[in-house]
Amino acid sequence: MDLSSINPILLLASLIVAATPLLLAAIGELVVEKAGVLNLGVEGMMITGAICGFAIAVNTGSPVVGLIAAAGGGAVLSLLFALLTQFAMANQVASGLSLTLFGLGLSALIGQDYQGVKPPAFPKGDIPVLSDIPVLGPILFSQDFVVYLAFFLTLGVWVMLKYSRAGLILRAVGENHDAAHALGYKVVRIRVLAILFGGACAGLGGAYISLIRVPQWTEGMTAGIGWIALALVVFASWKPWRVLLGACLFGGVSVLQLNLQAAGVAIPVEYLAMSPYLITIIVLVIMSADRSRAPASLGKGFHAGS
Amino acid sequence: MLKLEKRPQPSQFWTYLTPLLAVALTMIAGGVLFAFLGKDPIVAIKTIFWDPLFSEFAFYYRPQLLVKGAPLVLIAIGLSLGFRAGIWNIGAEGQYIIGAITGAGVGLAFYPMEAWYIFPLMVIAGALGGWAWSMIPALLKVKFGTNEILVSLMLVYVAEQLLASMSLGLLKNPEGFGFPGSRNLNDYASANSWIHQNAGMHWGVVAAFIAVIFAYVLLNRHMLGFQIRLTGEAPRAARFAGVNPNRLILICLGTSGALAGMAGLFEVSGPSGQISIDFNAGYGFTAIIVAFLGRLNPIGILLAGALMALTYIGGDIAQSKLGLPSAAIQLFQGMLLFFLLAVDMLTNFRIRLGQKEVA
Repeated sequence: MDLSSINPILLLASLIVAATPLLLAAIGELVVEKAGVLNLGVEGMMITGAICGFAIAVNTGSPVVGLIAAAGGGAVLSLLFALLTQFAMANQVASGLSLTLFGLGLSALIGQDYQGVKPPAFPKGDIPVLSDIPVLGPILFSQDFVVYLAFFLTLGVWVMLKYSRAGLILRAVGENHDAAHALGYKVVRIRVLAILFGGACAGLGGAYISLIRVPQWTEGMTAGIGWIALALVVFASWKPWRVLLGACLFGGVSVLQLNLQAAGVAIPVEYLAMSPYLITIIVLVIMSADRSRAPASLGKGFHAGS
Repeated sequence: MLKLEKRPQPSQFWTYLTPLLAVALTMIAGGVLFAFLGKDPIVAIKTIFWDPLFSEFAFYYRPQLLVKGAPLVLIAIGLSLGFRAGIWNIGAEGQYIIGAITGAGVGLAFYPMEAWYIFPLMVIAGALGGWAWSMIPALLKVKFGTNEILVSLMLVYVAEQLLASMSLGLLKNPEGFGFPGSRNLNDYASANSWIHQNAGMHWGVVAAFIAVIFAYVLLNRHMLGFQIRLTGEAPRAARFAGVNPNRLILICLGTSGALAGMAGLFEVSGPSGQISIDFNAGYGFTAIIVAFLGRLNPIGILLAGALMALTYIGGDIAQSKLGLPSAAIQLFQGMLLFFLLAVDMLTNFRIRLGQKEVA
């Protein structure tokens, strides 16, 4: 075992890379849940985004086009969820599960020709001057632009939910859809838009894994990150800043266990690999004491006539 | 403009018809998908649904129906109890893996002794293993109100890692020339679940049928079954009627865990034969589709399990004969749940031609 082989600066820089897909997926799901919809299909939308982004990036040679396609792919899949839950009034838990099962199958089918293919490299976005700061520079200011995008998306969601009229309406729909409906807000339309936003974010997060973090395609490569993102929203008590914190925490755990594996710690690899999931459970248990922050209409279907 | 009007009561007619409608729609959409993949859709659908039962090699495929269907039905029966009461155990895959590990572990501990009591002990150990694994989300839910969906799902990934560790370490075959995986239980007469291998009969099939009958009696004739149904359909009424929700959580999750664990044990001591890194075939997740397709009704689950087993077998045939990718079958199964949830609207709502909505 050689712990000195772990470079703390590289560790923190890769922590941010590991946290970004989680942050993207979780911030999208936060908006969805704030609108009162529980979409359990995050894993399915992420993996679909991962393969859509990968395939398009390989075929066009442009990773940026790939990312856009991934967001589109995730959004299209989430539209199916919206149709099921908002128009066909299906159970949200079951619909979310079906979305995940469907997404895993779909991605495996699209991805069978892309195993072992190398995607076009993604340019690093060194921010001039700031990236030259010792220690902080390589950690925070020498990442690719998706990292910054995820950060500003979190900022944007926070401002939108807290200070804008649109955010207020979204929260009203999530807290009490009957009252929002009585005030004349289009509950279903607002929820569909929120679901689409969540799908696009999850797709983007998936493509970040397949195009930048790994970067290659393997079946089922999101390996539960979508589910951890769902747990993250609970952990964050539906607050954007706490999602950011939680994403860094979980990113840190997964990076640390990978580094410990590489450093050859005496703990078997399989037990280290369990740790992100076990920590998710522990954190869920700690946070579940306080359910008061959950949107009051979360998971309840809305039908104007009833 | 189409308008949905809520029915005062779910329609009996559509309750029975929607699964058939969903299967028909999935066949159509699946046909389009197969055509898109460059296969003749009619031939592909026929290969999946007809050939396993009635082609000239059907004598070989028909027993497979029992082999694939038994774990699906066994797991889905357990899941359906919880789903009815709004308790979502989606980690059956993990409980299935743990049941296989504990059950096979007990059997391997006795190796090479031969005795009649070894297999029953393995079954008990498998059920206990699955039960214990499902008690983690159950107890956390009862004690702390933790979301059972996320915990049970996270435990699937933990179980998969544990399985890898077991097949590379503790349960590895000492005479296996270093290959991962345990001893093959098919070579160990006392720890073998086959009754008649050529007919596809193993004890898991028997257990699945018993579970169906048991669940049917429970739901229709027993107080506990009534409480489960009441909690699902009218949670408030159930509370007033004195139903203890915590007891229900423990029973529903525990039963589904024990059944999933047993399914894992029967699989590992029969069709799969050994603990290996990837012996689990995703039955725990497919069983969710089976439970919904069977309308959470024991008889329905039996039929849905048979149908889903058919898609597995037909999918294998289509893969070898037509070169249809195995992922296409996975997608096909996913689509089935989609269509089912979509057409389910017809059970609870009436579609009316109405005027434009006002708000």
